[in-house]
Amino acid sequence: MTGKTILQKLAILADAAKYDASCASSGTVKRNSVSTKGIGSTEGMGICHSYAPDGRCISLLKILLTNFCIYDCRFCINRASSNVERARFSPEEVIRLTLDFYKRNYIEGLFLSSGIIRSEDYTMEQLVEIARSLREEHRFQGYIHLKTIAGADPGLIALAGLYADRLSTNVELPTVAGLQNFAPEKKPETIRKTMALVRVGEADAVASAKNRLIGRAKPPRFAPAGQSTQMIVGADAARDDDILEAATNLYSGYRLRRIYYSAYSPIPDASSDLPPMRPPLMREHRLYQADWLLRFYGFERAEIMEGGSDGMLDLVIDPKLAWALQRREIFPVDINRAPRELLLRVPGLGTRAVERIVSVRRLGKLRLGDLAKFTTSVRKLLPFIVTLDWQPGKLTDSADLRACFAPRPEQLALLL
Amino acid sequence: MREVVLQMPGDFAEWRHAARGLLVEGVAPEDVSWRSGLEGASLFGSSAAIESTATISLPRDLIAMAGRVICYRDAEVPARLYRLVWRALHDRQLLTRTTDPEVDWLRKADKATRRDVHKMHAFVRFRRLGEEAGREAFAAWFEPSHRILQLAAPFFRRRFYGMDWAIITPDARAIWHEEQLAYGPGGTRDEVPTNDAVEDQWRTYYGAIFNPARVKISAMRAEMPKKYWRNLPEAQNIAPLLAGAGARVERMREAAVSSANPRSEKWRTRMPADPILDHDVRTLDEIAREIRRCVRCPLYCNATQSVPGEGPEGAQIMLVGEQPGDQEDLQGRPFVGPAGQVLSEALEEAGLERRRLFLTNAVKHFKFEPRGKKRLHQNPTATEIDICRWWLDKERALIKPRIIVTLGASALRAVTGTGASIKSMRGGVHELEGGTKLIATIHPSYLLRLPDRKRVAEEREAFVTDLARARSYLV
Repeated sequence: MTGKTILQKLAILADAAKYDASCASSGTVKRNSVSTKGIGSTEGMGICHSYAPDGRCISLLKILLTNFCIYDCRFCINRASSNVERARFSPEEVIRLTLDFYKRNYIEGLFLSSGIIRSEDYTMEQLVEIARSLREEHRFQGYIHLKTIAGADPGLIALAGLYADRLSTNVELPTVAGLQNFAPEKKPETIRKTMALVRVGEADAVASAKNRLIGRAKPPRFAPAGQSTQMIVGADAARDDDILEAATNLYSGYRLRRIYYSAYSPIPDASSDLPPMRPPLMREHRLYQADWLLRFYGFERAEIMEGGSDGMLDLVIDPKLAWALQRREIFPVDINRAPRELLLRVPGLGTRAVERIVSVRRLGKLRLGDLAKFTTSVRKLLPFIVTLDWQPGKLTDSADLRACFAPRPEQLALLL
Repeated sequence: MREVVLQMPGDFAEWRHAARGLLVEGVAPEDVSWRSGLEGASLFGSSAAIESTATISLPRDLIAMAGRVICYRDAEVPARLYRLVWRALHDRQLLTRTTDPEVDWLRKADKATRRDVHKMHAFVRFRRLGEEAGREAFAAWFEPSHRILQLAAPFFRRRFYGMDWAIITPDARAIWHEEQLAYGPGGTRDEVPTNDAVEDQWRTYYGAIFNPARVKISAMRAEMPKKYWRNLPEAQNIAPLLAGAGARVERMREAAVSSANPRSEKWRTRMPADPILDHDVRTLDEIAREIRRCVRCPLYCNATQSVPGEGPEGAQIMLVGEQPGDQEDLQGRPFVGPAGQVLSEALEEAGLERRRLFLTNAVKHFKFEPRGKKRLHQNPTATEIDICRWWLDKERALIKPRIIVTLGASALRAVTGTGASIKSMRGGVHELEGGTKLIATIHPSYLLRLPDRKRVAEEREAFVTDLARARSYLV
C-alpha cells in the first residue's frame, strides 16, 4: 500500500470522489490575497475552470483523503467490503496538490472528503488539520469545502466551520428505511444532528457578530458559504415525492444552501442488489428542476407533484410545464398585468425574464416580439400568455398540448 | 462628415475623449465616421483633433457598459456606442428600454464581453517559470475573443498576489512583478514554456473525475467551447476519454457483482455495540439513551433528534411541556428556544430555580410542517401523546416528583391520560395517584402568540402565580 506515487494516489482518490455531485464554489464571502500577500481569492461567484466530458464542471480539487473506510454502505464504491484499490494521501500531499493546482489557475480551491478510518473523530481531525494548515501556514485564501463526518465531535465541527467556506454532510438516501437498508451503520439521527450543529454554529456566529461590543473586532465567520448535502437517486425504492419531502424537511430544518441529487451510477465492483443500469440522469435533472421550483418559484411540494403521477415526476416534460398542463384554468396569464408571482408560474419564464418583464412593462405594453429578447422559448410560452398582440384562443385548452411539447421519439443512443 | 481615427482599438479612454468632444460640439452620430488607426490612413483628410474639457453627464451604467463593450471585437463598436450615448443625452431611461434594438445590441455585446472575461478567469493556465528569492514566477498564453486583457487582469492580481506572473495575449500582455501590474504589447505563444511539471497530475485528475457512465458532450462544449481547447492542457485528454468510455461501462456491467473483499474485516474497527437495555431503566442517563433510539411513532423520521427531560434526579418539581420546538430539536435540550426564555423568566419571578427542576415534554420529538426556510410547529395528536406517554411515565417513575406542573393541554393529557381542559383544572391543586400534586397551567408559547400587550401582561401574571403555587408545596 505504501510506495504509490502521487499520480497513482491521485487517480484512485479522485476517482473515488467523483460520485459526489457537489462542485459549487460560490456564495462565500469576498476575500483576496492583497492584504495577506499570500495566494487565493473568492469573489462571491465561483468559477468553473474546466468541464469533464460528462458535462460536469470542475471547480474544486475534489479528492478523498483516503478511500479506506470502516463503513459498508452498499451504494458506495469505497465501502469496506469493496475490492477497489485503496490509497491514502498524507496531509502534506493534499496541501501540496491544492497549492500547485491553484497557482496554475486550475481550481478555485479544495473539496476534501474522506472514507472513515479508525473513527469519526480521527478522520474529521485530519480533514480539519489540512484546512487549518492551508489557511494559517500557507495563507491560502481560496475556497475550502470540507465534508463533515457525521457523528464527529461538536468541537471538531466548530473548528471545521472556522476554516472552511462550506461544510456538507451527506444524507445519502432520502428515507430512513433506505438508509437502514443500504447503510446500516449510518444513523439518520447522527447525520441530522451533525447538520444541526452546523446550523447552530452559523446562528451563533451571526449572533456574536451582531452583539459585539467593539465594531472593528469582527468575530470569525462560520462556514460563510453555508452547508449542503447530497442524496443518491435511483439506488433504492424512494419515489420523487419522498425525495422532495425529504428535501423540504432538510431545507427548512438546517437552512441548507443546496441539495445535490446524484443519479446512482453503476460503480465498478457493485454490490449485488443494486441496479446495474444507466444512471437515471433525466430523473436527476427533473428533481433539480423541482428543487428550483421549491426554492425560487414559490411552489409547494404537493403542487409540483400534481404534474406527475404515482409519486413520480413526468420524465418527458419539465415539472413546471407538467403542473401548468394540469392547471389550465389559471392560464392564459396577461404578461402586461399579471403579478410577479403569477408570471413565475408561466412555463418558459425564468426568474430573470420575469424581473425584466416587470421592470420594462412600466415603460410600455409588451408585444410577443419583445418577449423574444427575454427568453429563448417563446413557442413554449404561446399557450399560456396574453400580450398586446397575442391571444392563445383555444390553444390553452387543446387536448394535444402535451404532445406538442414532448420531444420527438429518438433512436436510443448505442452507447449503452 | 467628421472622421475620427482611433489608434488603440479597445481603449476606452481614447474613445471617450473623442466622443466627449463630439458631444460637446453637438455632432450627430450620422455625421461621424469612426476608423481604426490599424486600417491605415484615410483617403479623406485627418482626424479631427478635438480638445475639450466640458463635462457631459451620462447615466453611470451606460458608461460602465461602454467601458466593457469598447473591448468587443467588432469594427462597428465605436460608432454604435456613440449613437447610444448621443441618444442617452436626451433619454435618461434609454437603458431600461431593453426592447430597443440598439439597447438590445449593447446588452448582448456587454454580456459577450463579460462572458469572455469570465472565461479568461477560468481558462488561463499558468506554467511555472522558476523561483527567485523565494517567489515563484509563472506565465500564461491566452487568446481571448475580445480585447479584454485589462478588464480581466485585476482579478489575477487579487488572486495571485503572492507570486509573479505574466499573461500574454496576441493583443497585449499583463505583467505582475514587484507588486506592480503593468501592461505591454502582445506576444506569441512561444514566449511561454510548453509544459509544466504539474500538468501530468492535472490531466490525471481530469481523467479520474470523469464518470464514463454519464457522457454529456454537448453540456461540456456549451460551457467550454472548442476554441479554448488549444490552450487547455487537459483538453487533449477529452478524445481518448470519450473513446474508452463505452468499454469502461461495459466492463463495469460485466463485473457488476463481486464477493466481499476478504480483507475488509481487518480494517473495520467494530463499533462498541450499544447495549439494548431492558425496559427497567434505572438512571436518567439510561432513559435518555433509550429515548434517543425511540421509533415508537413516525415523528422520528423527520425530527433531528429526540429531546429527553433534563434536571436533577432528586427534583421535587417536574415541569411538563408539549414537545420540542425548532431550537430544542437542533440542540437536543428542552426549553432552550423562545418559549423556554419566557419560562425561565417566569420561573425566576416565581422564585423557582430552573436548575433544580426537572423539565421535560409530553412528546419527545419535534413535529413540524416545513414552510420554505422555516419549520412551523404542529400540535401533536392525542395518539402521539399517548404513545409517547411511555417515556414520560418512566421519567415520572424515576424522579418521583412531589409536584407536576403541566404546561398546556398536551402536557395535561399526557399526565392525566384524559381530555380534561386546562380551564377546568386551572387555579387548583389536584391529587394524582401516589400522592403527587398536579398544577395545570398554560404553555409559555401561548404568551408569545397573544397579539394584545395588555392581555399578555395579565396572562403572564396568572402564569407566574401558577408557578409560585408549586413553590409553596416544596419541602
